[in-house]
Amino acid sequence: MSYVADVAALTRKDLRVELRARDTLPAMLLFVLATLVVFHFALPEGTGDEAAYGLLWVAIVFTALLGLARAWVPEHEHGVLDGLVLAPCDRSAIWLGKTLATLAFLLAAQAFALPAFVFFFAPLDGTAIAGVLLADIGICAVGSLLAAMAAAGRARELLLPLLFLPLAIPLVVGGVGAAISPDAERYLLLLVLYDGVFAVLSWASFEYVVTES
Amino acid sequence: MSFAASAIRSLPGLAALAAGLMGLAILLSLFVAPEDADQGISQRIFYIHVPIALTAYFCFGLGAWKALLLLWRGDERYDLESYVAIHQGTIFGSLTLITGAIWAKASWGVWWTWDSNQLVLFLTLFLFYCAYFMLRFSLEEGARRARSSAVYALFGVVLIPISFLAIRLAEDFIHPTTFTREGPQMTGTMFTAFCVSWGAVTLLAYVLYRVELAGKRLQSDLRELREALQ
Repeated sequence: MSYVADVAALTRKDLRVELRARDTLPAMLLFVLATLVVFHFALPEGTGDEAAYGLLWVAIVFTALLGLARAWVPEHEHGVLDGLVLAPCDRSAIWLGKTLATLAFLLAAQAFALPAFVFFFAPLDGTAIAGVLLADIGICAVGSLLAAMAAAGRARELLLPLLFLPLAIPLVVGGVGAAISPDAERYLLLLVLYDGVFAVLSWASFEYVVTES
Repeated sequence: MSFAASAIRSLPGLAALAAGLMGLAILLSLFVAPEDADQGISQRIFYIHVPIALTAYFCFGLGAWKALLLLWRGDERYDLESYVAIHQGTIFGSLTLITGAIWAKASWGVWWTWDSNQLVLFLTLFLFYCAYFMLRFSLEEGARRARSSAVYALFGVVLIPISFLAIRLAEDFIHPTTFTREGPQMTGTMFTAFCVSWGAVTLLAYVLYRVELAGKRLQSDLRELREALQ
């Protein structure tokens, strides 16, 4: 029970920091809208909806990257991470709290981006939205672990996309497939499998990434 | 120090053996194995291409295994072993992409096609492991770098089956399937040439792995000695 309480406290902390500083979410919103506008000009006249669905996924992945790159910055700037690692809670709770917080930001950004996409480009059906939601879990689970690794490095903003994009390819395949394939269930299953495997792996390995010795 | 020294002493013999076997493999695959009825001379690149690709996968697997051992046992030496295995994997991976592209040009008329699952999977993995080096070089040396690299290397082996599934779902197309459930689709001499090549490339990879590992260990021993003297 105390594990859940730890995770809830950590998530609440991140959400409160964001509510007060408003560093990340407005940037994500503006970025995803600007990206959609850029895509309008990148798509030639008369391109089918399928290309637009692909570009939606590019927008989602890069918006998530924007949020993830900021995820551990407050912790590093103020030395909070050392405190958290020393705190008498399971280290994986730190990862889970951060994952839930980034997931909340990503969902909030998508609450604007998806209607905007429908408004500008093409309709989204239930399976497409299910694909987005499932992929969000994987993006945040893997992304918050990789962001913690990258945050310790010299070139953290540069490093995170390099680490993250190869791992995000199955998510993009699943998300795009869920949006355009007539056989969308298989893609949703792939996303479920990805989420399960990588969430457990990230949960188990987070401790190794943040401890010094 | 003595460990590194004794490891180096056996290396020249192994290297000579690898070179000899490599020469034999080239002879067998170029002159002894019969020409493929469909593909002609271009098929002979498979005697090199496939063993190199298998070796690259093997190196990545070895790197992940050493990474797991590092996280499990906490012994620092696995860090270097994991790194060197992945480094060799990346070298053989580049060779795979190059030889694969040459064959694709000769056989399909294009250098690259997104329609082949193996190609896309390999490229994904290759990108992943290139990022591994970026991660490693951007972190400061120490236990944390060793562990972060190990975690990332482990993610790689999990990514292989999941990417494979994803790419399979995304596209189905023909890549010449040489090994089916009914066994290899090759004649006797072709199979011999293939096995010798595979053995040669594996041994070559092993020798390179040992050479690089010995070099890196000597380097770190030297650095420790220098620090001790200062």
